[in-house]
Amino acid sequence: MRPFLKTLLALSLAGAAPAAAQTVAITHADLLTMGPAGEIKSGMVLIRGGKITAVGADLAIPAGAQVIDAGGKIVTPGLVSTNTPIGVQEVEGVEPTDDQETASDKLSAAFDVQYAINPQSLVIPIARLGGITDAVATPSLPFDRGHSRKDMVFAGQAAVFALAGDDPVERPKAGMVLMMGEEGAGAAGGGRGAEFVLLRAIFEDVRDYAKNRAAYDRNQSRSYDLSREDLEALIPVVQGREPLVVSVHRAADILQVLKLAKEQHLKLVLEGAEEGWRVAHEIAAAGVPVMIYGAADLPSSFETLGSTLENAARLNAAGVMIALETPPLFTGGRTPRFDAGRAVAHGLPYNVALAAITLNPAKMWGVSDRIGSLEVGKDADLVVWDGDPLETTSAPTTILIKGAVQPLRSRDLDLRDRYLPQDTATPTAP
Amino acid sequence: MGDRGRDVRGALAFSLVAAMAVAGCATTDTPAATAKAETPSAPSKPLPPGLDPFANPDPFPSTYKAAPSRPTAIVNATILTAAGPEIADGVLLIADGKVVAVGPGLAVPAGYEVIDAKGEWVTPGLIDPHSHLGVYPSPEVRALSDGNEATDPDTAQVWAEHSVWPQDPGFSRALAGGVTTLEILPGSANLFGGRSVVLKNVPATTVQAMKFPGAPYDLKMACGENPKQVYGSKGRAPSTRMGNVAGYRAAWINARDYLRRWDDYHDKIARGEKADPPKRDLQLDTLAGVLRGDIRIQNHCYRADEMAQMIGISHEFGFHIAAFHHALESYKIAPLLAKEGICTVTWAEWYGFKMEGFDGIEENVAMVDRAGACATLSSDDANLIQHLNEEAGIAMGAANRAGLNVDRARAIRWITLNPAKALGIDAKTGSLEPGKMADVTIWSQDPFSIYALADKVFIDGALAYDRRHPSATPRSDFELGLPSNQPVAGSR
Repeated sequence: MRPFLKTLLALSLAGAAPAAAQTVAITHADLLTMGPAGEIKSGMVLIRGGKITAVGADLAIPAGAQVIDAGGKIVTPGLVSTNTPIGVQEVEGVEPTDDQETASDKLSAAFDVQYAINPQSLVIPIARLGGITDAVATPSLPFDRGHSRKDMVFAGQAAVFALAGDDPVERPKAGMVLMMGEEGAGAAGGGRGAEFVLLRAIFEDVRDYAKNRAAYDRNQSRSYDLSREDLEALIPVVQGREPLVVSVHRAADILQVLKLAKEQHLKLVLEGAEEGWRVAHEIAAAGVPVMIYGAADLPSSFETLGSTLENAARLNAAGVMIALETPPLFTGGRTPRFDAGRAVAHGLPYNVALAAITLNPAKMWGVSDRIGSLEVGKDADLVVWDGDPLETTSAPTTILIKGAVQPLRSRDLDLRDRYLPQDTATPTAP
Repeated sequence: MGDRGRDVRGALAFSLVAAMAVAGCATTDTPAATAKAETPSAPSKPLPPGLDPFANPDPFPSTYKAAPSRPTAIVNATILTAAGPEIADGVLLIADGKVVAVGPGLAVPAGYEVIDAKGEWVTPGLIDPHSHLGVYPSPEVRALSDGNEATDPDTAQVWAEHSVWPQDPGFSRALAGGVTTLEILPGSANLFGGRSVVLKNVPATTVQAMKFPGAPYDLKMACGENPKQVYGSKGRAPSTRMGNVAGYRAAWINARDYLRRWDDYHDKIARGEKADPPKRDLQLDTLAGVLRGDIRIQNHCYRADEMAQMIGISHEFGFHIAAFHHALESYKIAPLLAKEGICTVTWAEWYGFKMEGFDGIEENVAMVDRAGACATLSSDDANLIQHLNEEAGIAMGAANRAGLNVDRARAIRWITLNPAKALGIDAKTGSLEPGKMADVTIWSQDPFSIYALADKVFIDGALAYDRRHPSATPRSDFELGLPSNQPVAGSR
């Protein structure tokens, strides 16, 4: 290992150490709390034991507190990267580093990314410098598996984790991911008429299995298409305890999925939903939240013909809760805040755009009691920004995760500094 | 004359006949006829049409015609010309498709339509030097996937323009992102992927009607992982980087030999001697065009060490590489690229999606610029092409955090003048200077902001896009009947 890599790892480990019992005070902050307190100009956040103990405008700095003066800058909750390969994929094109998916014939629903999360991933410091403090590692459906089976293929179970600490998993089995639409139909052997029928059959099998586990173990139950592990993994889903995150795109499929979820009493989250705006009122009426890829605006398939940059604004206007997801790692997971800014340019209110990358994904994955907003009792995951957090030229100046200050370093900055010429004082002439 | 870089291609090394034939092609609408007319006393009958590669180097000529335009004055704008400092309260005058004048406090001549751009910003139309719109269009269905002729490591004989589908809805999305000119390249599966084509971003039914008049042709080459993996996995060469290099060199040897045989032929004909013509070879035509200086090299190459190898090959065979594309490690050899006069066409944020991209950094474009080399951003992507201005903002922000002190007047060049240089069209477009094409984008605010939207786009002085009048926005045939521009479904 090269020396600078060693240094980097040492730094990231040091920064991730649990906060001491000392109180930390973030002062003179323009707080965008995303909680009931809304925006607090010249506010303060007090932190103790890694948790937020107070948020307000007229707080006294406790004696002995470590003071971080935000100098009037914006402070937000740490951003939550949802539907991301951060932490479970190092280099997309280097297969052994990719733990986001499996081509195993033995597992689909039971595939569980929590075991792959690597706190030492070199991607994590890069994502963190994008203001991301928490991520939802989400399984994906491998291209090479789509047509290999004749049943529904679940991508597996997502896990929420913090971008610091040696044991960062905050919520394993946070949700079950299922691809539907063209991709799901392909996995089902072709045809939406197959995927919906097979899916209902699977849910029936899971319910039957849940009632007859003992008989299954004695080989006295009816046979099921799925493995025992997959059946087990789906029990909390059919019982409505674990969200089923369904990747689906065209309006007609969204309506079918809404109907299925109602009939099966599932806790549904929609993903993709490029044509969601066309059935926004139906989605809102069902109380189903939606995760969208903010940059999507092309008719890239026949199931996204209605794709538009105004999807976020239109869904929000209809009363649908939205989150903006992180696309594959071409960018080290840094882009959701820019997608949020673009959504603002296309009509989404600013506070909703910020919620779409903080509180809303936390709600969708069942962790809003711990992260996603600056509220008393939540983890002290927050970012001090040098400008508007959604703006191209802005960057974090201080990052706290569970109250611990994170190093503002990453491997790409080490590369930069190794090759940066020393004579940078004079401006580059126009 | 001059359209195809006549000053650098060493025409003197070639026969008078060939040189005049090519010159004729660059200056007339009917190249073949003119070439014949100007050929002095051909001693033997000319070759049948299509058998002499140098008789008609432009068999699919541009039919692009600028849309009608009115003299227009854009006033009260903050203007980034890409050729000088930022202008506050500036005026840009355009007429007859050209920039007439730009500056602070210019008087608006009579007869000009005035656009009050108070609070808005004006830049040259953006130029994307690396796009696959049309060859990998939306919808992304196999039937329309025409970007990689991945059947042989050398497909220098294929031309991207023969794959471009003009109905790709991505073109109008890019226009809404302020992009007025773009280069469409073949994919990177092959050592030699084929010819690229430079397009004006106008709606059209044929690709010829989009072709940028007089833009040089480019040859796409590719280093590294893609060729060796595509062919290595098929059990044939190349399967390694050294196999890649052997493949390039073998091809250039053939090209040199081909060019020599044609030169010998033309020399003999010019001297009135009898000669048998070599058999025309489309693959070698393109490579010979590079050796003659007519065709430029656009080279997909991520790693610094591989770029240095490619430079070595260019010296061995006597050609020039116009640009390294993707080039995530250009910052490691920026002085070498400056010395060689090679542009870098890269991204701000993309990195690490493959091993050869592992060392990409956000400051790449600024560090290359700092070293005095031509530095540009590009998209390679139907989404990113809509946000090149924001990509430049991200790169500028990272550069300034590194202490590189890049201002907006400098950063705008990464997406305008510098890509024009990479494509050899900087004498015609890429900056707001008198006499250049009036390719102009008006932005709702600082174009480097995430909130910036293109309000109006002009191509050759004609209004091509107006955000406030969506009905005027081009929609391709494919988009007719699609619902994306309709308002949200009725309230209940």
